[in-house]
Amino acid sequence: MNNAGQAIHIKKEILVRIIKAFLSDDFEEQTRLIPYAMRPKGMEVPYRCCVYKERAIIKDRVIAGLGFPIEEDDETVSLAKYAKKAIERKEIDEKNLTVLQAACKGCATNRIYVTDLCQGCVARSCQTACKFGAISMVNGKSVIDDSKCKKCKMCVNACPYNAIVKITVPCEDSCPVGAIKKDETGFASIDADKCINCGRCTAACPFGAVHEKSQIIDILKAIKSNKKVIAMIAPSIAGQFPGNIYQLKSAIIAAGFDDVYEVAQGADITANNEAKEFTERMAESKEKQSEWINEWVNEGGYGENPEAGEEKTVQHFMTTSCCAGYNQLIKKHLPEIKPFVSDTGTPLYYTAQIVNKEFPDAITVFVSPCVAKRAEGFENPNVDYVMNYEELGALFVAKKIQITEMEESKYVKESSKQARNFGFSGGVAESVKASLRDESAVKPFVINGLNKESIRQLKKFATTGECEGGCNLIEVMCCEGGCIGGNATMNNQKTAKKLIDQLAANSQDIEKI
Amino acid sequence: MAKIEVKVCLGTTCFVMGGSNLQELNDIIPQRYGDKVEVSGSNCLNLCSIHWEYSKAPYVKVDEEVVTEATVEKVLEVIDRKLGNN
Ligand code: FES
Repeated sequence: MNNAGQAIHIKKEILVRIIKAFLSDDFEEQTRLIPYAMRPKGMEVPYRCCVYKERAIIKDRVIAGLGFPIEEDDETVSLAKYAKKAIERKEIDEKNLTVLQAACKGCATNRIYVTDLCQGCVARSCQTACKFGAISMVNGKSVIDDSKCKKCKMCVNACPYNAIVKITVPCEDSCPVGAIKKDETGFASIDADKCINCGRCTAACPFGAVHEKSQIIDILKAIKSNKKVIAMIAPSIAGQFPGNIYQLKSAIIAAGFDDVYEVAQGADITANNEAKEFTERMAESKEKQSEWINEWVNEGGYGENPEAGEEKTVQHFMTTSCCAGYNQLIKKHLPEIKPFVSDTGTPLYYTAQIVNKEFPDAITVFVSPCVAKRAEGFENPNVDYVMNYEELGALFVAKKIQITEMEESKYVKESSKQARNFGFSGGVAESVKASLRDESAVKPFVINGLNKESIRQLKKFATTGECEGGCNLIEVMCCEGGCIGGNATMNNQKTAKKLIDQLAANSQDIEKI
Repeated sequence: MAKIEVKVCLGTTCFVMGGSNLQELNDIIPQRYGDKVEVSGSNCLNLCSIHWEYSKAPYVKVDEEVVTEATVEKVLEVIDRKLGNN
């Protein structure tokens, strides 16, 4: 296990302990004791200077596990108090991520740095390469003036001894939209106005400093109340646990839920609706185009048509709309693509609607591969809480539930093969295609993971109104690999895909529209 | 020499606590050791419920030896040691 792996292990262990504490007869006291149980007196200190520091950091992680922001902790409030506050809380916090800044200490700031390997050579290629005059020679060695350095890396590439390096900050590097930054004080913080909740930083930080604010206590409270609590499980879950999804249903019920719905059920509706919308949009664009050509021909094909500029907005493509990270990107960074995005609801949207219709008083919990869906859940009045795969896993561990020993339970509605494939890159476009009688109408273009490059690409498509290679349906997934690459997934993608394939092979084809 | 038997726990606790990554062993072990070592997945080995010790999960058994907080590297090390490779 690498460092990040260890950090994930600690995060999960903390979740298990929080759940155990909740299930005990003294939640507050048991929560207070978590740091001591994990780092008892006399224990060899695994990572940091001393056991006290370790406990302080574990305390911070517990705060996030209880659903509170770590940044606002002033260290005077005990975990017992936090536990009490969590029990009393009625609302959940809209901001999903919180940074354990004490862990940022171990990480140097993003800068260009001249190492001892600098030979102070005569060529001074670094100095020549720097366009900002940031490099000077002091005592025969290159020195960088950080106030002038623009981090362009020209000197890094120019140095014949490879003596200059760029020190990277993993969280900053992983963020596709520049929302997380280590500030002057050396602490990372997230700019909520920019953050698209993709969760990359949670996985990238080797210290595990970025936490999701868990809603697990709120969910356990709902289960304990006598309300009906219904879990809605995302399609990608089929690759995340031992056993099959029918045993998983029984396991989730054994964990305290009243019923389980496959979100793939909603994915079937999404696929059908998106296919309908796609056909309409493409017909409309064709019509507009021929109108424009007619006009052009009528006017003899010459001259500047004053309306031509307007007509350029003919849309040659449509993009999918089911990825929550992508939807946040559109809202916060890419409004120009909005007109091209399908208005079809997400699979969660339709599933929650169905559940709500059936059980208007029930509490609904979406079981999610990623943090971005927390944002979607927050915006959707039919979704009360979101719990990720790691949290569900922790619940199984705390309750000692063995999925493979469970009986199989059927779902109200069997979902299609294509809907069950929604969770990996290419699956959504494929389902839209399969929904149409004339499958050849769809020419998919797949954005497999949002990063600076693919965001630039999308921007370009939005400005020109045209996609690459005459493609007309752009499937966008924020995570590389799709939802099976979500930040809260547990299985490696290859095995996850294999398991989903097995399930899909035994499912019927999607209905055509 | 008798075959070394590796049992990777694929019970829920182990799987959740990181055992999912150990499925790689299914490919690595036959490649490296041919038929000297046999690897298989297993249901809960009942190690997780003895003490309240999920924090030591995932577990792998190499013959009778229990590897706690197992990683691919750790397991391979134990196999190598047993085979006298180092
Ligand atoms: S799940 Fe592995 S020992 Fe129980």
